Amino acid sequence: MSGSTLIALALLLPFLGALLIALLGRAVALRDGVVLLVPLVLLAVVAQLPGPVLAGEAPSLFLIEMMPGLSLRFEAEPLGVIFACVAGLLWPIASLYSIGYLRGNKEKHQTRFHVCFALAIGGAMGVALAGNLITLFAAYELLTLSTYPLVAHKGNDTAIRGARTYLGILLLTSVGFLLPAILWTWVVAGTVEFTPGGILAGKLDDGLMGILLLLYVYGIGKAALMPFHRWLPAAMVAPTPVSALLHAVAVVKAGVFTMVKVVVYVFGTDVLTGLAASDWVFAIAAATILIASTIALRQDNLKRRLAYSTISQLSYVVMGAFILAPLSLIGAALHIVAHAFGKITLFFAAGAIYTASHKTEISQLDGIGWKMPWTMAAFSIGALSMIGIPPAAGFLSKWYLLLGAWQTEHLMAMLVIIISTLLNTAYFAPIIYAAWFKPPVDDAQHGEAPVAIVIALSLTALLTLLLFFLPDLPLALAQAIPGTAP
Amino acid sequence: MSLMEHLPILVVIIPLLAAPLCVLADHPRVAWLVALAAAWLSFAAAIALAAQVSATGTISYQLGGWAPPWGIEYRIDTLASYVLIIVTAIAALVMVAAKESVAREIPGERVARFYAALMLVFAGLLGIVATGDAFNVFVFLEVSSLASYALISMGRDRRALNAAFQYLVMGTIGATFILIGIGFLYMMTGTLNMQDLAARLPAVADSRTVRAGFAFLTIGIGLKLAMFPLHLWLPNAYAYAPSVVSVFLAATATKVAVYLMLRFVFSVFGHDFTFGQMALHYILLPLAMIAIISASLVAVFQENLKRMLAYSSVAQIGYILLGLAIATTEGVTASMLHLFNHALMKGALFMALGAVVWRVGSVRLADLAGLGHYMPWTMGAFVIGALSLIGIPLTAGFVSKWYLVTAAMSVGWWWLVPVIAVGSLLAVIYVWRVIEVVWFRPANPQLAGYGEAPLSLLWPTWGLALANLYFGINSDLTTGTAEAAAAALFGGLR
Repeated sequence: MSGSTLIALALLLPFLGALLIALLGRAVALRDGVVLLVPLVLLAVVAQLPGPVLAGEAPSLFLIEMMPGLSLRFEAEPLGVIFACVAGLLWPIASLYSIGYLRGNKEKHQTRFHVCFALAIGGAMGVALAGNLITLFAAYELLTLSTYPLVAHKGNDTAIRGARTYLGILLLTSVGFLLPAILWTWVVAGTVEFTPGGILAGKLDDGLMGILLLLYVYGIGKAALMPFHRWLPAAMVAPTPVSALLHAVAVVKAGVFTMVKVVVYVFGTDVLTGLAASDWVFAIAAATILIASTIALRQDNLKRRLAYSTISQLSYVVMGAFILAPLSLIGAALHIVAHAFGKITLFFAAGAIYTASHKTEISQLDGIGWKMPWTMAAFSIGALSMIGIPPAAGFLSKWYLLLGAWQTEHLMAMLVIIISTLLNTAYFAPIIYAAWFKPPVDDAQHGEAPVAIVIALSLTALLTLLLFFLPDLPLALAQAIPGTAP
Repeated sequence: MSLMEHLPILVVIIPLLAAPLCVLADHPRVAWLVALAAAWLSFAAAIALAAQVSATGTISYQLGGWAPPWGIEYRIDTLASYVLIIVTAIAALVMVAAKESVAREIPGERVARFYAALMLVFAGLLGIVATGDAFNVFVFLEVSSLASYALISMGRDRRALNAAFQYLVMGTIGATFILIGIGFLYMMTGTLNMQDLAARLPAVADSRTVRAGFAFLTIGIGLKLAMFPLHLWLPNAYAYAPSVVSVFLAATATKVAVYLMLRFVFSVFGHDFTFGQMALHYILLPLAMIAIISASLVAVFQENLKRMLAYSSVAQIGYILLGLAIATTEGVTASMLHLFNHALMKGALFMALGAVVWRVGSVRLADLAGLGHYMPWTMGAFVIGALSLIGIPLTAGFVSKWYLVTAAMSVGWWWLVPVIAVGSLLAVIYVWRVIEVVWFRPANPQLAGYGEAPLSLLWPTWGLALANLYFGINSDLTTGTAEAAAAALFGGLR
């Protein structure tokens, strides 16, 4: 298949899936068959993308010119392929998990759930493969809107309030900052196409360039930089599969991915290197890492602790991009992958615990490891990855981040990484310890979660380990990103 | 092809003749068929006219063969043909939806007269657009206004009478101001033909009479287009009018008033006089900004959804005037784009509410909890219209806002960007209240067993909703026409 056909299929399949799921709403078995099958087909499609891209091609797909000079155009480049592959790889697993979770918890509106889930993946694919800012923005908003029904899924007051915060902050940042930033770029640069080396060099003086940069950085609310991070904990009212795939992978990664994309293809690292505002963004990211980790320490609700951990881990990517060293950029790209595998495992485990025992608080988890050995083993691997201990994937990306900081003698960055690693340990180690070594506080009788859930979380835990041992493909892709050649 | 030559008048005459036919028939079904046929014929005529204009340029038609400036001239240029298409297309769709909706909301014995009045409004609006004669404008304005007072008063709610009366008073003041303005111009130039006026005005532009005439006209038209703070008649009128009338007026009447504003500002007085000597943009700009923010804010607190959309219309008119106030080709292009796109989104939204009224009989937010499960198609169209209203990419609303912001930025008015962004965010708030209640709240038990609206209401609604998407993805047609019309307004009349 040619590159552009692959792109077309990768974009089309989720929407096709959504349509099929909607049509088959009443035939539950058949519907769930589609829910499992379509992601697998998509995986087969995106798995073919790295080949041509690593060979130096840039497959693209031009759909239509929406307004003069502004077109819907998609292009596969290394960073986008990484993101597309991560989402494509995790979607089938998450689908399996979703079916188990929704059935296990007897959730209502399952068809709506699966339809919106597929649409959200469509949005994520659009973000990953967008060839210009306007296409990316459209897909970005699609992702926001299609995940809203998933967050509001339960329909009770808490869910609706959480969903309101979610939508409010994401739209406030995207309409209030990101869109003006894109418009501004369009007015000064005359183009919004992603171009290696950027499109803004010499178009604005340093002060205005700094303002534009800040507009982008805060406009991309999905990257959850403080103080626009509150939507992420709010989104935790959603059913766990949503938190797992969307709020640990698709949505938040779309945020940091866009951030890196803007750094590499809109500003260009050269422009940012001399810019004072780059240091501010670095500082904001560093502060977010430390503050979010500290808040995570104090959360007793498992999903909320994971959410704050996500906020902190996302800022690793942003910080990695703004260290502005080739190696740390590779680290940022790798961290998108590593964190995705690790965090989805953690959320899967949280959902498994909830499904099997209806426990949501960390203080209730004493001794649960022996009742749910698979789940807690996977959880432990995920936690190791978050902390960055081999043989989990998180080590790899942190290593590259540190190398980059070392290379540019960025002492601050190194310090932040080290402190945050300590904090990560401080909030994950107690959970692992309690689960395996403390005696159970109650004598609740329950076993493992449904088998679909256990398979799913074992797979993602395995991926976390595999990535450590076989990092060649993502590493090769990361090294193909412009600006990462030392 | 003699028929083709007479298109400029045919487009107006068809609905004008349909009105008495409706009364004569005095049978609900026949009257509806007559109105439907008239609307679609006018639509066809408007398309043919647009094709003709884009092929051969501006058409000048002499009524009764009397040459201007003595006779009445009908003049169709790009702008006029563009607005004619908007009005006739909406009318055509509204008439399809009208059958069921009117049968539900208007007592049988009044239906024929209802259609007659609707046809008069329609004819009046088309006449305002087609004519090139200032006094003729006033005549058609009165035709459409008087008929619309009657239509609004036919609403089921007794408050409709009050709303109609309020509109009658305000509308009459507006029309009188317009008449006085035209009179002043006539005093100074001795002509009523717009082309002729444009030619003679510069010589006398420096007189108090002309300036006063300009002021009267601006305020008169401002009343008609619900320019803040002259918008007070609009919310009640839209909220209590029969559904069909709300759709039709919201999507067309204010648009025609904006057309009139553009016509007088650019074609009659000329850009230099309006913005140079009279500095109209200094008045329009703050008013438009206040309209966007304050009307959106008020919309947030409305319980009656039709009222909410009505306030939203006031805000949207603010966007249109903002483009006009920027007073560059880009700005006017943005205005005209939004003219069209707003007709699409408000048409879709009001029509979806029409379906809700048909089925539920109420548009109070509290009554509609969980309605999405019973009327998924209707509320689906509502969501698309709402997204377009916010200006989400790939909808028509995004295109017009994009143009508006680039126009503002290219004249260096970057401070307009936050105003537009805040307006959009307020729109998120007021439409999302509805989406939340309709789709995610547990269903109102009174709604149990309710099904979808009839197909004849659904497909025009979805036609408009899909148009919102189509013109958001492929805006060639709209941006091309709007740019051409704006360029003509600036180019031809310096």
